Amino acid sequence: PEHLKEPLVYMRKAQGSWEKRILKSLNSMCTELSIPLARKRPVGEQKELLNKWNEMGTDEPDLSLFRPVYAPKDFLEVLINLRNPNYENGDSLSFRTHLGLIQVPLKVKDIPELKEFFVELGLTTGQLGIDDSTQVPPELFENEHVRIGQKVLAEQDSAAAQQYIRQGSPTALRAELWALILNISSQPEELLYYEQLKTNVIQHDLLVDSLIYKDVKLTASNDDYYFVFEDYLYQVLLCFSRDTSVLGHFAYNSASPPKSYIRGKLGLEEYAVFYPPNGVIPFHGFSMYVAPLCFLYHEPSKLYQIFREMYVRFFFRLHSISSHPSGIVSLCLLFETLLQTYLPQLFYHLREIGAQPLRISFKWMVRAFSGYLATDQLLLLWDRILGYNSLEILAVLAAAVFAFRAVNLMEVTSLAAAEAVLADLSTLKVMPLLQIFLFATVT
Amino acid sequence: MSRVSVPCHVKGTVALQVGDVRTSQGRPGVLVIDVTFPSVAPFELQEIMFKNYYTAFLSIRVRQHTSTHTPPKWVTCLRDYCLMPDPHSEEGAQEYISLFKHQMLCDMARVLELRLILRQPSPLWVSFTVEELQIYQQGPKSPSMTFPKWLSHPVPCEQPAPLIEGLPDPSRVSSEVQQMWALTEMIRASHTSTRIGRFDVDGCYDLNLLSYT
Repeated sequence: PEHLKEPLVYMRKAQGSWEKRILKSLNSMCTELSIPLARKRPVGEQKELLNKWNEMGTDEPDLSLFRPVYAPKDFLEVLINLRNPNYENGDSLSFRTHLGLIQVPLKVKDIPELKEFFVELGLTTGQLGIDDSTQVPPELFENEHVRIGQKVLAEQDSAAAQQYIRQGSPTALRAELWALILNISSQPEELLYYEQLKTNVIQHDLLVDSLIYKDVKLTASNDDYYFVFEDYLYQVLLCFSRDTSVLGHFAYNSASPPKSYIRGKLGLEEYAVFYPPNGVIPFHGFSMYVAPLCFLYHEPSKLYQIFREMYVRFFFRLHSISSHPSGIVSLCLLFETLLQTYLPQLFYHLREIGAQPLRISFKWMVRAFSGYLATDQLLLLWDRILGYNSLEILAVLAAAVFAFRAVNLMEVTSLAAAEAVLADLSTLKVMPLLQIFLFATVT
Repeated sequence: MSRVSVPCHVKGTVALQVGDVRTSQGRPGVLVIDVTFPSVAPFELQEIMFKNYYTAFLSIRVRQHTSTHTPPKWVTCLRDYCLMPDPHSEEGAQEYISLFKHQMLCDMARVLELRLILRQPSPLWVSFTVEELQIYQQGPKSPSMTFPKWLSHPVPCEQPAPLIEGLPDPSRVSSEVQQMWALTEMIRASHTSTRIGRFDVDGCYDLNLLSYT
């Protein structure tokens, strides 16, 4: 069974050590602040929370003592130190030396393989994000594409939708298309389930809730696009932590849910529970996975289901150590390999000035670019994640961004300056960048 | 089809290398593992199962028991079976593999000895081998059951006993009972699989600290 989660033993071990660190950090926060991990709310407090359910953002609890359990850069340090004990690194530079930060020899696709994999993004195929711009007459591509989209929705064909969305989704159809691809139905059972989760939130107060609050306040609330959705984010994320059905994804996730025991019953298996109930401890920036979805879905139960499905299909791979081709380790290696192979001068230059490119692009990939790109561009990118059922496009986009700003980057002389060049991605158009990098760069 | 594990004795790996092992720079790229079956008579091999550890290609040679006069010879039954599509990267490096009789090039009856030849051409790996080697032979076939006579030759219908006054017709009652039973079966079968999702123990979720095990 562990083999199904992750076949490579040393990666399982690394994930285990990383999880231990997180647990220790959470436990020490618990003891330092003298706040219990979980607490049943008194009835008065329950009523108050129920009344305030739709405006939890107005609550201003004192969160100054809380700190996020970890941030992406801590995770990056762990990945940098990942080593295969059977791998001969050698002291001298040879063909086997990895010049980037990631030192494990995972198999990643090269550009010819990526071209084949992402064939629908090619220059001769119409794309939303390129061929729907104002200069292009809609008769050429856009109208027909919308028509096909409506037909796919009418047929309720999930596989066809997945194929269709590789060329992008029209804004009007996107919410339904994603629901179709993710197999989200609007059954009353699901609504009931969501209400049940809401009741769980009202009844018990978890330490993790404060972490969620803090994260939302630090990230989404400060973002120009997403601050309006603050209340939705609480509604989704607090319910998410109570959702035990998420535990199912740990069968194929290399991570394992943290365990705890009911007070006074340490060691007794009948009193062992998972904490938080869904087994996922949020980190700094976690709420950004939910924020873009708020543009598409306004009904909390549907929004919740979509987010949960996106998480157990894709997002969990971005913060657990595994050898999966869509896992964050492979994405980092893919990014570094693409950059080294196709922009060797830039890579060498950045390395020389102490600005390893992965240090800048890691945070983009961990958040699936949420909060860095403009929202419409982000949704076009996430269309392709759904369409290709793979996160590799994140690494390709990261490399494409570097290629786009290569001229400026060649002139910088420090990591801080490189960060500054790449600080603002909000003006970038995702699809042209991807197309140029994959199909139009002279290799 | 059932399978039965065959106890085997796995001899230590022998590295094949040109030149002196101690002085030459590179690591051996070929290892040979001999597998003998000391306590078992020549058997028919059904399946070989093992866990790979960074071996790229596997060849297997088998020595079979032929007729009593001729000495048994080595025959290659699997040639260069690829375990790692890219010997330099981790794909397939620690996978569980099963090899079956029908994948072999020759007949696997009356096996005496096996020799596994492991190849790993890439110099990146410190060592390579296969682990948890298990050999299986065909298990006993389930014996065919002979049907009891009365199942295959049902007796002709008996004459129903005469109805007792006042009681309902038994055949009608039995058909109604059958319908009721079918209903209960339907209800039992259609219960939803969605869990209630309780995460607490008897309403209590008062926790200690997180445990590290």
